[in-house]
Amino acid sequence: MSSDVGSLVVEHHQGTSRGGRLLSAILPGLPQLLAGRWGVGSAALLTWVGLLWIVVARPSRVASALGGAWDEQLAVGTLVVGLSTAWLWSWRDVAAAHEVKRVGVSVWELAVRAFSKNRTAVAGLLVIVGLYVIALLTPLVAPYDPAFQGDLLRERYVSASAAHPLGTDQFARDVLSRLLYGARISLLIGFVAVSISVTIGTLLGAIAGFLGGIVDGVIMRFVDMVISFPRLVLLITIIALFEPSIFLITAVLGLTLWPGTARIVRGEVLSLREREFVQAATALGFSKTRIILRHLIPNALGPVIVAATLGIGNTIVLEAGLSFLGLGVQPPTPSWGTMVADGRNVLLNAWWLSTFPGLAIVFTVLSFNLVGDGLRDALDPRLRS
Amino acid sequence: MTKYLARRLLGAIPLVIGIATIVFFAVNLAPGDPTLRFLAPGMNQEVIEQMRANFGLDQPMHIRYVKWLGAMLTGDFGYSFSHSRPVLAVLRDFVPNTLVLSAVALVVAFVLGVLLGTIQAVRQYSKVDSGLSVVLLFFYSMPSFWLALMLILTLSLFARNVWELPIWFPASGMVSTDYEFLSFGAQLRDRFMHLVLPTLSLALVLTAGIARYMRGSMLEVIRQDYIRTAHAKGLSERVVVFKHALRNALIPIITLVGLYIPVLFSGTVFIEYVFAWPGMGRTIYEAILTRDYPLVMAGSFFFAAMVVVANLIADVLYAIVDPRIRYE
Repeated sequence: MSSDVGSLVVEHHQGTSRGGRLLSAILPGLPQLLAGRWGVGSAALLTWVGLLWIVVARPSRVASALGGAWDEQLAVGTLVVGLSTAWLWSWRDVAAAHEVKRVGVSVWELAVRAFSKNRTAVAGLLVIVGLYVIALLTPLVAPYDPAFQGDLLRERYVSASAAHPLGTDQFARDVLSRLLYGARISLLIGFVAVSISVTIGTLLGAIAGFLGGIVDGVIMRFVDMVISFPRLVLLITIIALFEPSIFLITAVLGLTLWPGTARIVRGEVLSLREREFVQAATALGFSKTRIILRHLIPNALGPVIVAATLGIGNTIVLEAGLSFLGLGVQPPTPSWGTMVADGRNVLLNAWWLSTFPGLAIVFTVLSFNLVGDGLRDALDPRLRS
Repeated sequence: MTKYLARRLLGAIPLVIGIATIVFFAVNLAPGDPTLRFLAPGMNQEVIEQMRANFGLDQPMHIRYVKWLGAMLTGDFGYSFSHSRPVLAVLRDFVPNTLVLSAVALVVAFVLGVLLGTIQAVRQYSKVDSGLSVVLLFFYSMPSFWLALMLILTLSLFARNVWELPIWFPASGMVSTDYEFLSFGAQLRDRFMHLVLPTLSLALVLTAGIARYMRGSMLEVIRQDYIRTAHAKGLSERVVVFKHALRNALIPIITLVGLYIPVLFSGTVFIEYVFAWPGMGRTIYEAILTRDYPLVMAGSFFFAAMVVVANLIADVLYAIVDPRIRYE
């Protein structure tokens, strides 16, 4: 047997492959983990085990959620999609392990490679993805309904226990459940508001930079004005004058945060419009709209993505601040800012009320900042080592 | 230089008026009426109309705008509905407190930030560098109002009641209730103790940002030839870093002053609210809630003007410290 080394090796190969498939079918991610690919392996394994745990531990809740409200159905949908994605990805990954081919490398592939070498940034990204998954799954995961009040005589301000891992608040509501439901609000507002502001900022910045002249002057003077004004004062002025609601606060945040993006995009476009490909596009007789949308904006997207990622973190802090002042999300809807405010007057007796929602904000924003920094390094070829 | 200054000052005027205009229309177009707070059930409609006329609210908006702008340019900010005093008197009471708080916070933030950034740059890629990076990013991601609450929780409440430490800091106000009966030295100490927690909450978030810039700026400077020369002359590390490198590394940091002033003022709203600090941030927040239009507009105008002035100072400082920059 020792003489036939070649066949031994081949057999060995097939053995791992078959074993890998079997492993992957039971525990997706484990073959990748054993192969030393920690990031993707643990992500797939955690997704699989975590989601499966929900099905096993809370079958009745999953069953009732199927015919429940839209957010419950969304949670079940997330569950199914998450489980099948983890399983299918691992299966195909194991099957395709020996057929890796690389032909060419695009700019974006280079950026992805640079980004995935940055461990803290990848960790931040995993946390963010995990947060969004948990936010979607909240109705299935949260131990209690966020508005459910326990025994007001005996269960108010109870510190951490098995029944309430993070204690209870002034209405004997479970802090952990409210924290999980609050994540939905923060992440949703952050994402939607930044989408609005990035869209407006990119368009106006590109228009100002490409057209120049009076249009540029008017847009950029307006940008100067908004930027030189303390943002919070502007926000509370607008919000306090209307009835605060989630829609209003999202709209107002989205409509006041775009000037920063506009400035960045304008700067990029100013240098891009002198380049040959834009001259070629002009010479070919393309319309200004087409040049802006198809040629300028895609090339200015790098810094915009970085600004958007950092912007989500900022927006979450701003939203929490407005809610803390009572001008954001209104009770009884749980939000991290209002939860911090709820604990403000009972700091000494119930320190956990303000502490945990604040920590949730810090770690969420920290993750966005880590990813933003990582993206900045990855997308800027000058910073790439 | 004088020409440049004059042009910048002239350029700042439309900026300030523009901001004032935005605030005026945001406040006045919104639904709601400041006279509502004075209404009692069963009040005569004529009385309400009279009250609206007294406040000048019966006139069309464009007339009010022109009148308001004209009055403001002559230094008349109107009459505060909620304080029942001229707006100028209200500003005179609260503006100095905000300026003290933000000036001290700005100085603390810059000293700490420059120091930490320098340490990180000199010890690049060391454990100190990466450790400080993590800690600073943590503070950078922190909402200032939560930091304020955590400082109150640990350095005030727990320090006093649970851990029974000899030193704890007061959690609200500018002075103690028995301030007037204290000796001069004790009064100074009392003011200082009240300033510590608000300043820290405002400053630490900024410190993190400043240190990040300072690290980058310092890294660029210490790679230059003249620093190598200084090392070659046999100067000690401390002299090279703090006498030769620091000055040049500080130049880009000056622009941060202009950038961070709006952030700082936004922060004062939270910090003054949490610490019951009698300043402009809290006053404007309360004025907005009570629809005290003249005070809201004057307060916003004050903040905007301060930002413009700070930007101007930053630009001028920039020109003074860096002879390579010439403005024409």
